[in-house]
Amino acid sequence: MGNWIINHGLTSFILVVWMGINIFLFVWFYLFYDLGDSYYYTRHLLGSALAWARAPAAVLNFNCMLILLPVCRNLLSLLRGSFVCCGRTMRKQLDKNLSFHKLVAYMIALMTAVHMIAHLLNVEWYNNSRRGGYDKLSTALSNLEDTDNTTYLNPIRKTDVDAQQTPTYFVFTTIAGLTGVIITLALILIITSSMEVIRRSYFEVFWYTHHLFVIFFAGLVFHGAGFIVRKQLTTDPPHNYTLCKDRSEEWGRIPECPIPKFGGGPAQTWWWVIGPMVLYLCERLLRFIRYMQTVQYRKIVMHPSKVLELQLVRDGFKMEVGQYVFLNCPAISQLEWHPFTMTSAPEEDFFSVHIRSAGDWTDRLIDIMQHLPEGAQGPKMGVDGPFGTASEDVFDYEVSMLVGAGIGVTPFASILKSIWYKFKTSNPNLHTRKIYFYWLCRETHAFEWFADLLQVLEREMEERGMGDFLTYKLYLTGWDQSHATHAWVHFDDDTDVVTGLKQKTHYGRPVWDKEFEQVCKENPASTVGTFLCGPAVLGKVLEKKCANFSDVDPRKTRFYFNKENF
Amino acid sequence: MGKIEWAMWANEQALASGLILLTGGIVGVAGQFRGWQFAAYAIAAGAFVCLLEYPRSKRTKGTSVERTGQYCFTVCVKSFGPLTRNYYVRAFLHAALSVPAGFLLATVLGCVCLGIASLIYLAAAIRGEHWEPILPKKEMVRKPDDSMKNPPQNPPPRPPPETRRKRVDDLEGAAYDNPIPVGE
Repeated sequence: MGNWIINHGLTSFILVVWMGINIFLFVWFYLFYDLGDSYYYTRHLLGSALAWARAPAAVLNFNCMLILLPVCRNLLSLLRGSFVCCGRTMRKQLDKNLSFHKLVAYMIALMTAVHMIAHLLNVEWYNNSRRGGYDKLSTALSNLEDTDNTTYLNPIRKTDVDAQQTPTYFVFTTIAGLTGVIITLALILIITSSMEVIRRSYFEVFWYTHHLFVIFFAGLVFHGAGFIVRKQLTTDPPHNYTLCKDRSEEWGRIPECPIPKFGGGPAQTWWWVIGPMVLYLCERLLRFIRYMQTVQYRKIVMHPSKVLELQLVRDGFKMEVGQYVFLNCPAISQLEWHPFTMTSAPEEDFFSVHIRSAGDWTDRLIDIMQHLPEGAQGPKMGVDGPFGTASEDVFDYEVSMLVGAGIGVTPFASILKSIWYKFKTSNPNLHTRKIYFYWLCRETHAFEWFADLLQVLEREMEERGMGDFLTYKLYLTGWDQSHATHAWVHFDDDTDVVTGLKQKTHYGRPVWDKEFEQVCKENPASTVGTFLCGPAVLGKVLEKKCANFSDVDPRKTRFYFNKENF
Repeated sequence: MGKIEWAMWANEQALASGLILLTGGIVGVAGQFRGWQFAAYAIAAGAFVCLLEYPRSKRTKGTSVERTGQYCFTVCVKSFGPLTRNYYVRAFLHAALSVPAGFLLATVLGCVCLGIASLIYLAAAIRGEHWEPILPKKEMVRKPDDSMKNPPQNPPPRPPPETRRKRVDDLEGAAYDNPIPVGE
């Protein structure tokens, strides 16, 4: 339970606050329009559909304001930097920005649906009122003209259009109606192209269609124009609706019931969204400036299995372990930025990324690099970042268990290198005395470079007599008969056949009970930090094992599971 | 954008359009709008489009992710053969279905969305895509290798019983030489 509060408490709190604000706005504006005196006559024509349209509009204003903020990644990095005092849990919330963006998007979609349905009803009922389909008061109200000395309530003024087409005509000839249709259409296209299936497989469709948000926001700002939602204004002498509602034929002819006056309010949405729009503009400008900064290639290495390593240098670039950057290569695509976790340590004077062949963009990049002459600089590359909350917690524990599954092994390259550098220079920030590294993958294809890294570390540790600083185990979960036969034949070899490492490859998944027991035995009175970069299912398993094997007794081992989000 | 299968996006768009048509139609009928007959049509058309578009097609490249419970819909849609396989037919069908919905405000959004879906399907059809059902893979029955079928008929060769009997009086001589050397 305590673990849940530490891992999820702040997120849940933020969500509760956000939902609370949404509910408050909805209820407040619903009651404002449903009970307000100045809307009495409007409500007579529209019923509760007025309030049902205005309440989601308020929630929409709030959420459209919020939606741009989580995607200003440079702004978030700035915030993260200035939060250094406020603890890692606060800063980790900033890593969940995309989840929040999606949540706000769902709310916008839901509220748009409610808002649109309510307005459909509104327009229909305005139309019926205008054509005398309802009671005497409705007809009287609808008949109020838009002239010099009278004001209208019912925004539908023309009656010579075909009755069934009047709503459509009205919507398409008013600013509010037209912008409403256009931005709803933009929203629908954005949503259908953001579905997980499309996003994961056809990223470009998602990315380019998402830019319809520009149309969305432009339309949104003008959507409230036109004074369509109208309320009763004070007249002199005042028009009391309780007194006058049943005497509509006498309006203007008796002193206590002058002709009522109506007016609409100006568009207000821009108050809500102008700030985030400016911030987002600054964000895109910053990304552009960053992109213009020169990035030098220090080294370009082609690893087996089509893995490209780029060692890059940029002025003023400072990174932490476990962070990622966005790369843009105009020679391949002007508009695409792709994220890559950095595999270099902060102690090095360059930063590196290892890029696997995983789609159009990466394939083209690898192709270009393969055709470069020896020693030449690569194509112009824009780098945005670094982003992500650093994983410095790794250095705080005396004993660390690092578990990397599949592609999740990438941030550990950075972490292991950094630990080794800190150890060599006896950095006081490093409390780690022993590391257990578990590498799980289906096959070592595309990770040979990581095996090389482990080999280098292994060698250096042997030279210093620190052979047992790092214990690593590789688990090949996708083995088959040929693997087994191969291993059996080379059983007596000193180094492993698959990786060339001293420690042998295991086949199948690790038996965590055994692993945890081993760690307990070898580190009796220590605090062990467990870090995972891999599937959530494995996270749950490890969390349970940590709980099982931890002992309150300080003379025994204590395990802490860190829910990292690399 | 070379590897895009437009049909995947067209499918999402068409499914969304079906739902929007359905919703607009329900509002039109429930609110007893003028021209509610068009809304009633939109309910039917929307439901039909949803049923047609629910089963996802199998992708030509990569893993296809099914929608929950789509198997029965896949079977139904598959049974129409070339009518549902061909995307030109779908493009034309969606375009035709969307037209009547344009005559009522409540359904006009569904009409436009379905029209857009129709255009994307047209693009997919021009690029030669077609609908493939996602069917469960038949389990491959692993046949045991031939050698397993013919176990040895004869016992392994052994020396005659006299030499096999353990000679306790002469243990040194009891150990017999292997005809083929074993080990280094």
